Amino acid sequence: MALADVCGLKTNQLKNSFLSDFGGSSTHLLDDALTSTTNFTVPYGIDPVESLKEFTNPKSDVKIHFDHGTTTLAFKFQHGVIVAVDSRATAGPSIESQTVKKVIEINPYLLGTMAGGAADCAYWERVLARQCRIYELRNKERISVAAASKLLANIVYNYKGMGLSMGTMICGWDKRGPGLYYVDSDGERMSNNIYSVGSGSVYAYGVLDSGYRYDLSVEEAIDLGRRSIYHATHRDAYSGGVVNLYHMKESGWEFISQTDVFDLHYQYKAEKEKK
Amino acid sequence: MSSRYDRAITVFSPDGHLFQVEYAQEAVKKGSTAVGVRGNNIVVLGVEKKAVAKLQEDRTVRKIALLDDHVALAFAGLTADARILINRARVECQSHKLTVEDPVTLEYITRYIAQLKQKYTQSNGRRPFGLSALIIGFDYDGTPHLYQTDPSGTYHEWKANAIGRSAKPVREFLEKSYTDEVAGNQEECIKLALKALLEVVQSGAKNVELAVMRDKEPLKMLELEEVEKYIAEIEKEKEEEAEKKKQKK
Repeated sequence: MALADVCGLKTNQLKNSFLSDFGGSSTHLLDDALTSTTNFTVPYGIDPVESLKEFTNPKSDVKIHFDHGTTTLAFKFQHGVIVAVDSRATAGPSIESQTVKKVIEINPYLLGTMAGGAADCAYWERVLARQCRIYELRNKERISVAAASKLLANIVYNYKGMGLSMGTMICGWDKRGPGLYYVDSDGERMSNNIYSVGSGSVYAYGVLDSGYRYDLSVEEAIDLGRRSIYHATHRDAYSGGVVNLYHMKESGWEFISQTDVFDLHYQYKAEKEKK
Repeated sequence: MSSRYDRAITVFSPDGHLFQVEYAQEAVKKGSTAVGVRGNNIVVLGVEKKAVAKLQEDRTVRKIALLDDHVALAFAGLTADARILINRARVECQSHKLTVEDPVTLEYITRYIAQLKQKYTQSNGRRPFGLSALIIGFDYDGTPHLYQTDPSGTYHEWKANAIGRSAKPVREFLEKSYTDEVAGNQEECIKLALKALLEVVQSGAKNVELAVMRDKEPLKMLELEEVEKYIAEIEKEKEEEAEKKKQKK
């Protein structure tokens, strides 16, 4: 850069861009939109793993503690994938929000859920959306759920040990049928028919496992998803708010409903008393 | 190792040509002929086998390389350059399988090879690859493909094509003889590739190398006896054609 030369600014010192993926190393300071999103300019001489250990080690003196209160779930069945999430965000004992969107719409046929650090999930799933779009343009066909989840898992693996907190489920429908993958910031990537993530997942699993069948109808599956989240919000202090429910079909995802858990509480209570 | 300021070898001429690329295409025209035929459920590659010296070991496979279980490549031009490209393509096939959990499509790997070739026409201090490649195989969904790349980095899909020495007469022969009927019959495809090659190569099974791929089956190099059998059939058909013509007169 000519201005840099005139001012005597040594640009090679600022070149220490950290972990440039997919674009090759950038020698400019946040110049290129293509590479700036995946490059983090780190101060010279700092090793991120070492310096971030204090934040991730529970025994450290640093008292900043990230909470992972949430309940998210997703399951595959004959008519696609049901994705249900709560909407509460907590900071310690305080409820910060009851209206958080924990399902991230990556593109019209891929959904991602948010558990753990909200910023981590939202940011990296947007990077994933960008990569999926580039794949689609280059290869003239939609990316498969397996490939999309693998891209995300490989990206976050680069940051393993640096304090990223993300437990997400990538859901979609591709050539092989409905797809559901669990990806987390430890680098884990697994596929199965049912997943639930978050502090309330234990309660959700109980209800899910007892009611799950592959050959559920669409209405039954929606009810099962909604009921599982409700039960988790009832018992887990860190989950609550509303239940956001999506249905992943062959033609893409469809937003089904947003229901307040208090309404569900009285609805289920009435059903029990009727019996 | 300051390669940043090496003079670029491939620069434009005043009338818009990239001479280095055109010279590379000349190098291709000096290489031994390779022909490819795509049928409806078979793909065939045939190459001209150069006569080996008396003391040299006759290695059967040299010009036809396997890139993955379902992709094969034949080339015309500089053998050493081809080796580099084939190695990179083989790694890319596995890389793709690792990140996307699916085998490469023919179009993808052809695009990769073509992009690689193009990079070398626009790099400091490097010359283009001196080879054209014929890439055959089956996609995961069972469709057969035949692609051709050339030193400039362009690629096209073909039903049948030839590269290397005498590519033009062979291609003309293919244009005359390739029909949908031929495409539908596996034996006819093999014979067409062989006939095309024999147009310009010394007659004899020793001088050609034939490889055949069917969907979900590994690449099969035809044995000498099989090639001789096909040649015998071709000869017989030629005689029958000649007889018919005589009778018409």
